[in-house]
Amino acid sequence: MAQGVWAIAEQRDGELRKVTYEVVSEGRRIADALGQELTAVLLGSNIKDKATELGHYGADKVIVADDPRLDPYTTDAYTAVIAQLVEANEPAVLLMGASAQGKDLSARLSARLGVAMAQDCTAFQVEDGNFVAIRPIYAGKAYAKVAFDNSWPNMATARPNVMAVNEPDTSKTAEIIDANVDLSDDALKTKVVEVIKDESGRIELTEADKIVSGGRGMKGPENYKILEELADLIGAAVGASRAAVDAGWRPHTDQVGQTGKVVSPNLYIACGISGAIQHLAGMGTSKVIVAINKDPDAPIFQKADYGVVADLFDVVPALAEEVKKYL
Amino acid sequence: MNIIVCLKQVPDTETQIKIAPDGKSIVEDDIKWIMNPYDEFGVEEALRIKEKFGGEVTVVGLGPKRVTEAIRTALAMGADKGILITDDALEGSDSLATAKALTAAIKDLDYDIIFTGQRGIDDDLGLVGASVAEFLGIPHIALGIKVEIADDQSSVKVHRPVEGQTLVIESPLPVLITAQKGLNEPRYASLPGIMKAKKKPLEEKSLADLGVDASEFGEAARKLKIIELTPPPERKAGKIIEGETPQEKAAELAKLLHEEAKVL
Repeated sequence: MAQGVWAIAEQRDGELRKVTYEVVSEGRRIADALGQELTAVLLGSNIKDKATELGHYGADKVIVADDPRLDPYTTDAYTAVIAQLVEANEPAVLLMGASAQGKDLSARLSARLGVAMAQDCTAFQVEDGNFVAIRPIYAGKAYAKVAFDNSWPNMATARPNVMAVNEPDTSKTAEIIDANVDLSDDALKTKVVEVIKDESGRIELTEADKIVSGGRGMKGPENYKILEELADLIGAAVGASRAAVDAGWRPHTDQVGQTGKVVSPNLYIACGISGAIQHLAGMGTSKVIVAINKDPDAPIFQKADYGVVADLFDVVPALAEEVKKYL
Repeated sequence: MNIIVCLKQVPDTETQIKIAPDGKSIVEDDIKWIMNPYDEFGVEEALRIKEKFGGEVTVVGLGPKRVTEAIRTALAMGADKGILITDDALEGSDSLATAKALTAAIKDLDYDIIFTGQRGIDDDLGLVGASVAEFLGIPHIALGIKVEIADDQSSVKVHRPVEGQTLVIESPLPVLITAQKGLNEPRYASLPGIMKAKKKPLEEKSLADLGVDASEFGEAARKLKIIELTPPPERKAGKIIEGETPQEKAAELAKLLHEEAKVL
């Protein structure tokens, strides 16, 4: 019988990603509810020193697969290694972050294992001893509660920025287990030949704690400067509505909404965004929503915790001044 | 270059989603069905590759008969032929079963590249592309925003945006690529294109035609079971910030974000 909860750790350039702490913390809560052990699984090259930290966040065991062919991430190598580990250890639940890497890996791995996979979940529960997941569908226009039928491990990914991170306890130590990496070069078909870094230096939307976003009301690409100034002051990412992206004002990667990114920051400041249903779907799980719009009837005000009816070109620079008092 | 594009139909993005009385599905009356937007990027990219290198574009749709419309749209854009996998036994299938049916239809075709959308904008799972690649035993690259085919047509480089960077990933052919927004601007079907599409071959295949066992498909065979659907958590309209001037409003907003919402 499958037993134990696994949390797949994600690292880049040897540093654990924020979503890793979220997934390990949530994994701890699920393991406790099921009365089972939590095992973190860490893949990479020269990453063994990071294993200890995973214990501080609640892992009972950490399986480390350390091999030069596991850095950088490739779907082929990670799928092969984790599939072997799963087959040898038979965990009951397998979690990872719904990051670009996690979404890719979970999709391929679930097909290889032939198991059910719940993508981009916002909550996990244990009901009558069974693991269930809650996930937005139709970009958040509805939520589905899903169960995993006769399918082990139960696989799911957690939406970044949603699951609470445990306070690290440095007195907790995990048992560290070295995994045998058995990779045939034939299995490694894809390779990363170049990495192009984003120039803005700003945090990426799905990982951001705060987002300042601009829509049609920005009137042109040059005006995003005022949003960027505010964003840089408060450590926010800059997003855009579909209208702004389709107008060519902002890159596609900045689009928030049903055909863009679904985000869940602590603070979302919507500037000159009317609040089309597709946009609301993409940011509706933000904890605090602020809307700044001239039009008092804009639908965005129906979803906003704080609404400012005024010209954003007056309010945003003024807000940039005011926030300095609290930084 | 022979290219296959998988596509599905989804409710138009304007659709207000209503949950059906069974609590497990949505009300489908009055829904306007469109080609999944991410699949459209796949169709467009396939056509551009064909225009450059020659070859044939085949679109493979799965679902009820209405999916014919989406296939016809792709044919009108310039695809050469269509296959519709349709069978009552497919109703309610999960991603694994859907991928199995698509694989059965694709495996004997001649292909160099397969495109799927990076996800359907209905279930938002994003599993079918990678699963089809897995079942066919070929590599996949997810979230393609740029596809460069080597001059000797033996490999491809795909730009894949991830958090804070773009990876350029190289793969031998055949490969499956999932299409992301930014890959291209899909063309509109021209009137002559629409006329021509009516004469292009569109074949319907049942599960029996594909030689697969119907009991592995449909609601009963789902591994990911839907327990219930619920509306999203209510968000109530909050405070409208008072103030005589934009400056006063900005000051009040900053204060509330700091003291009340505690996010500054």
